[in-house]
Amino acid sequence: MSAVVDTHGHDGHGHDAHGGGYHGAGGIMRWVTTTNHKDIGTLYLWFSFIMFMTGGAMAMAIRLELFSPGIQFFNPDLFNQFTTMHGLIMLFGAIMPAFVGFANWQIPIMIGAPDMAFARLNNWSFWLLPFAATLLVMSFFTPGGAPGVGWTLYAPLTVQMGMGMDLTIFAVHLLGMSSILGSINIITTILNMRAPGMTMMRLPLFVWTWLITAYLLVAAMPVLAGAVTMTLTDRHFGTSFFNAAGGGDPVLYQHIFWFFGHPEVYIIALPAFGVVSQVLPAFSRKPLFGYASMVYATSAIAILSFIVWAHHMYTVGMPVQGQLFFMYATTLIAIPTGVKVFNWVATMWKGSLTFETPMLFAIGFLFLFTLGGFTGLMLSLVPIDIQLHDTYYVVAHFHYVMVAGALFAAFAGVYFWFPKWTGKMYDETLGQWHFWLTMIFFNMIFFVQHFLGLAGMPRRIPDYPLIFETWNKISSIGAFGFGLTQLLFLYIILKAIRSGEKAPQKPWEGADSLEWTHLPTPVPYHSFETPPVLK
Amino acid sequence: MEHGASTTTRQAHYHVPQPMPWPIMGSFSLFCMALGSVILFNGASAGWTGIALGFMVLLYMMFRWFGDVIRESEGGKYGRWEDLSFRWGMSWFIFSEVMFFAGFFGALFWARVMSVPDLASLEHNTYLWPNFTSHWPSAGPGFEEKFSPMGAWGLPALNTVLLLSSGVTITLAHWGLIANQRGKLLFWQGMTILLGVLFLICQAVEYAHAYSDLNLKLTTGAYGTTFFMLTGFHGFHVTCGAIMLTVIWFRCLSGHFKPEHHFAFEGVAWYWHFVDVVWLGLFIFVYWL
Repeated sequence: MSAVVDTHGHDGHGHDAHGGGYHGAGGIMRWVTTTNHKDIGTLYLWFSFIMFMTGGAMAMAIRLELFSPGIQFFNPDLFNQFTTMHGLIMLFGAIMPAFVGFANWQIPIMIGAPDMAFARLNNWSFWLLPFAATLLVMSFFTPGGAPGVGWTLYAPLTVQMGMGMDLTIFAVHLLGMSSILGSINIITTILNMRAPGMTMMRLPLFVWTWLITAYLLVAAMPVLAGAVTMTLTDRHFGTSFFNAAGGGDPVLYQHIFWFFGHPEVYIIALPAFGVVSQVLPAFSRKPLFGYASMVYATSAIAILSFIVWAHHMYTVGMPVQGQLFFMYATTLIAIPTGVKVFNWVATMWKGSLTFETPMLFAIGFLFLFTLGGFTGLMLSLVPIDIQLHDTYYVVAHFHYVMVAGALFAAFAGVYFWFPKWTGKMYDETLGQWHFWLTMIFFNMIFFVQHFLGLAGMPRRIPDYPLIFETWNKISSIGAFGFGLTQLLFLYIILKAIRSGEKAPQKPWEGADSLEWTHLPTPVPYHSFETPPVLK
Repeated sequence: MEHGASTTTRQAHYHVPQPMPWPIMGSFSLFCMALGSVILFNGASAGWTGIALGFMVLLYMMFRWFGDVIRESEGGKYGRWEDLSFRWGMSWFIFSEVMFFAGFFGALFWARVMSVPDLASLEHNTYLWPNFTSHWPSAGPGFEEKFSPMGAWGLPALNTVLLLSSGVTITLAHWGLIANQRGKLLFWQGMTILLGVLFLICQAVEYAHAYSDLNLKLTTGAYGTTFFMLTGFHGFHVTCGAIMLTVIWFRCLSGHFKPEHHFAFEGVAWYWHFVDVVWLGLFIFVYWL
């Protein structure tokens, strides 16, 4: 049995169906026209790194301004633009594409598929992103600058912004399109492309978490598209969605936005759970503890994520019955999340642990994400949230989830799968340095922000009273260290690509999914054209 | 509907297509249209250039991309395995569309149940709008002009009949395709298109009536906003659906599809039923109740 690779039309080369290498167009056209899941995964990962640096530069600017009280470098309007764009770029440009990159690389080789189900659509899902990012960044150079409304894009402020807001709206449309098309592709791939014998309950957990994430995306992203469309028509066509004089309501925007926004939190967190659920068993040399309960817990989190959105809005004005419902529903999420944390710890229990870089990042994830979960639990309680709403406590909370959760898991995943993807080993010593510096500087930035928030420092304000100066200085120094450390990450990756040692087929003793057991290192350009035989 | 294929196991090979330039062309066209729209909305008519350029590139891209897919399909490259992928893909695409409409229905319900009654509460009567009373249809407390709401039992009821009948005719066309009766297929598919176009004409007449006789506009507060945005997006989907039906009609005319292999037809039929169901929601909640 050989694979059928279509050879009609576009280039005269034809494909060697059995060959491992790449034979198509050369140079940049390879990357522009590719239908190969590995190429597209690589594009996603590099794109997300570039966006990570862009959003990171804005974070540096924010911390620079907050180094001292008073206005030092940026006027408040520009500061607001930085906080807005930092959020949008990091969420939609860095973290989400990073995990879609993992999905592209890993799902086909983990389930024994020849490629993604819709290879051309896959290309489009990626190539929408650079154009969307261009629109987003362009908004800085329009009259009035980028929107300075916060990444949540709340009405009525958005209705009053300049043309940068319109660019952002269309950028969100393209980003949403990319996510929806990508998710449809992922769902279809997982449901329809599994090798014979790869039953649903044998899927690696990373694949499961992405299946559930993709459902969340298909359900939540169109709602965001609706919300920004309403903003657009309110801005330019005189509709009254968010205009109280016309019978509309600015609070409506918040409801629609958070109906998208809370699932979005899990869209980012679930693939991170998936990566960690691959890494921890591999370095504990034990199977994942409680596999089935992990699947059910992930599904439970996903379902609950659609009925908790108004916990972001306790202070906006809501009947007490509403507050109670959303508080109880939110605290319920702690149960499946607790199941997951328990299972991860139990996976390591009595394992023969080693602490290579991926494992370090996974354990770092486990500690810090759990901390972020606890602060989340506190914020879910109405009386506490009313005190802490819009303070640095919230900033600290969601950075523990987004950075120490999602980003740490992404780093764990990169170090874990890098040898498989490239056939080269990274420098373990430098990897360890990267982890420890990231870990220390991360806590330096964000742990102290809990204190700032509890003491009442509001978020999204470029100035603060003298009393907050010490913690802000520590936080800013941590931020600069964190930023520099990520350049070390770039160096580690480039060094490994150029001169890394050759990696064996299975560099990690305890790794047991298909890509390690059935494919050579580096993974050939076309893999599993013939489905693997699974026992 | 596997049409007898379900007894066979899936083939050993999955069709993985060649690299192609159409996706990036699509991204470029959407970028031009987005940028053109931003420029246009901010008062420079030069934006039309970007929209027109983008739209032309988009049409060309769709023509070529779909052309490739149709050639592959007719060339026998798609077996049952690929067919199943298309089914999953189309289902979840339609689901995402459902969620898009859900957002706008949410806005309608919010205005009717929450914001309009709240604007007539004691608090708002005391401090902002003393004379506003809660009612629906309402254009909100700040809207001075008189307007009439759109009645349900004139053109909208006729439109309901038209769309529901088109759901029947497309099923008859499908039965014709399965039975390999081309004449029946083409006739009923043609009737479906005709009903769709009639629907759109009725809707255009209805909009003209709203603007000229009822003083009901997009800017008529919450009622005008939700009325025109919901029916407008639906009308846009009907337009797309009618174009898709027409493409399928021409494909049927050229002898495409087999009784057991015609997912393009079915996908369009699913889409058509989806716009039908959305219309029922609109008829009940926007026009009638």
